[in-house]
Amino acid sequence: MNMNQTISDHAVHRDDEASKIGMWLFLFTELLLFGGLFLVYTIYRNLNPDAFANASQELSVAFGTINTVVLITSSLTVALSISTIKDNKPKMAKNLLWLTLILAAVFMVNKYFEWSAKIHHGLFPGMEHFMQLPPGEALFFFLYFFMTGLHALHIVAGSIFIGVVIAQLNKGKIKYDDYILQENAGLYWHLVDVIWIYLFPLFYLIH
Amino acid sequence: MSTEQTAIPAENFFNQGGKGIMSWLTTTDHKRIGLLYMYSIAIFFSVAVIIGLMMRLELIAPGKTIMEANTYNKMFTLHGVIMIFLFIIPGIPAVFGNFFLPLFLGADDVAFPRLNLMSWYLYIIGALIALSTLVFGEGSADTGWTFYAPYSVKTGTNVSTSVFAAFVLGFSSILTGLNFLTTIHRMRAPGMGWFDMPLYLWSTYATSWIQILATPIIGITLLMIVAERVLGVGLFDPSLGGDPILYQHLFWIYSHPAVYIMILPAMGVISEIIPVFSRRRIFGYKAIAFSSLAIAFVGYLVWGHHMFTSGMSGPARIIFSILTFLVAIPSAIKVFNWLATLNKGSIDLQPPLLYSMGFIFLFLIGGLTGLVNGALATNTHIHDTAFIVGHFHYVMFGGTGFGFFAAMHYWFPKMYGRMYNIKRAKIAFWVTFIGFNTLYFPMFILGLQGMPRRYYDYLPEFQDWQVVSTVGSWILVTGLIMMFTNIIRGARKGKPAGDNPWNGYTMEWQTTSPPPLENFHEKPVYKEISYDK
Repeated sequence: MNMNQTISDHAVHRDDEASKIGMWLFLFTELLLFGGLFLVYTIYRNLNPDAFANASQELSVAFGTINTVVLITSSLTVALSISTIKDNKPKMAKNLLWLTLILAAVFMVNKYFEWSAKIHHGLFPGMEHFMQLPPGEALFFFLYFFMTGLHALHIVAGSIFIGVVIAQLNKGKIKYDDYILQENAGLYWHLVDVIWIYLFPLFYLIH
Repeated sequence: MSTEQTAIPAENFFNQGGKGIMSWLTTTDHKRIGLLYMYSIAIFFSVAVIIGLMMRLELIAPGKTIMEANTYNKMFTLHGVIMIFLFIIPGIPAVFGNFFLPLFLGADDVAFPRLNLMSWYLYIIGALIALSTLVFGEGSADTGWTFYAPYSVKTGTNVSTSVFAAFVLGFSSILTGLNFLTTIHRMRAPGMGWFDMPLYLWSTYATSWIQILATPIIGITLLMIVAERVLGVGLFDPSLGGDPILYQHLFWIYSHPAVYIMILPAMGVISEIIPVFSRRRIFGYKAIAFSSLAIAFVGYLVWGHHMFTSGMSGPARIIFSILTFLVAIPSAIKVFNWLATLNKGSIDLQPPLLYSMGFIFLFLIGGLTGLVNGALATNTHIHDTAFIVGHFHYVMFGGTGFGFFAAMHYWFPKMYGRMYNIKRAKIAFWVTFIGFNTLYFPMFILGLQGMPRRYYDYLPEFQDWQVVSTVGSWILVTGLIMMFTNIIRGARKGKPAGDNPWNGYTMEWQTTSPPPLENFHEKPVYKEISYDK
């Protein structure tokens, strides 16, 4: 009797429906996590409409738009990879997931340059220029860094999740009739995408 | 005591699945995970009881008795954080939920066994982080367990660590809720429909939804506190453009539903125990099931009643007050249904039923004083006084705590296959019950007279009742020690209890005690059994 036996005793069930319910419940919690931040954003935007409008001029719409396009495309490649695994083309599915990871990397590199430019201007919370901003604008930049930063963390987590799926595809553990892990990774990736679709107009587009 | 049994069946989860500490630390068996929770919760509960005892001792006389004001502030913060996040929230769901949820359903485990073990590890990590503030850094937080801004942003104590601990514990709580919801949806025994589920499952179901939907909000709010402390921005600091009232809203949006995370599982336990010991089918099954969901739902919309004096518009306060009164309706439905079940039953006053009666009595006092708090006019008078502390302990300790003890005495023979000493359990109950009331009832009187909460000092005219209360704390702790020694002795040396010592009819009593690793020797099919002729 050892741990492996205990685990194999208990983990042999396969219930795709349960896995999917679990994933959706987890996505609810993610939505509410960001929901708290959206609430704070809404309240402070209402309290400081002019400051928020001013501060948002500082953000580069071009950067934001490129990243939006990149992320939506990556959602497309994930969705395509799920339909190809259903057609029993694991190699194609894997390539599409690699493409997703490349797009995620493009997103992060873009983000790096964007953040660097802001930090160069001293807009990161705690920096000298930041401390001299009117309170409303400081709140805007704090929320900008906090929310896009948390979102970027989710991109990293989602990429790791997709990496796990690729490894399982390599081992042949994900097959045309057993792909729930891949589907859940896809669900998670779409959620990260959807959150960005709300972040983009809130920070970049509304003036 | 229907079946006399002389030995514990050899096929049980203590023997199967490996011996030694590693087999426990790597187990995915829900029964072992339940026990892991029970042992860790018992340790943290004892720590917090000792802290509470010391706080009561400080209050035995005006002025400094055994500790400085600052130490007292840290003590009540740590007492609150441990009791709330490490005992009451996980208590019944993580211990009895884990152990019995699959048994109730006729399943062999929860839906995600490995995730279940991970929740326990997150719980332990969070607990260690919380306790580490005692030793490391600038001393443990002195803000109270609510971490109100802007003080929590400005104090020099180690708020960031405490807050981060609460974040990790919240994550553990979310994963448990997610696991239970999926299990209830997917793993009911063949033939068991939603309205055939034991009522304990309904309350667990409602609780799990609150865990999932409310906890992320506190998670992100606490992260904002950390960010504010580390980066020096003014999210909740009015001098930097922030709004401290917003923090209170965000905090109570979670923390009020959280009190229903605490009380609902206890109500579920009581709904299981009362029919068994009055030999009657529960009165108003559907009403109790739906009242759990109603409490969970309305509980979302009442958070403002914590903030009646913090600055809210008149209409908002009136609406929150009315909604608060509404929660009393589903709660009262439960109490009346329990009493109706007892009516004309053939009552067998065993320890589990005694604790359930204690629950109803104390919860009734706690619930009715809750209405005093929820009314706008009286709230202004008693806000931030010892009255609130009394109310909270009556609902949370008298309610959830006694519910926990009831569950412990009810399911103990199933968990260990042995029986504790019944007579000692009854004596321990009465000592605990008397100690409890002596300790907490004076707080209502003191509060009405104007004794503020969270003060280590007071005016001399309060002393009489403070002394009574402190003496009560000694009686209460004596009762707790009697109870736990009896339980521990029973687990090691008690007489074999048999499979169904209480003649229960729910599924967990149909397997052997302690249950085998796979829970049931053959896959059970749900059949409706009850006491009605």
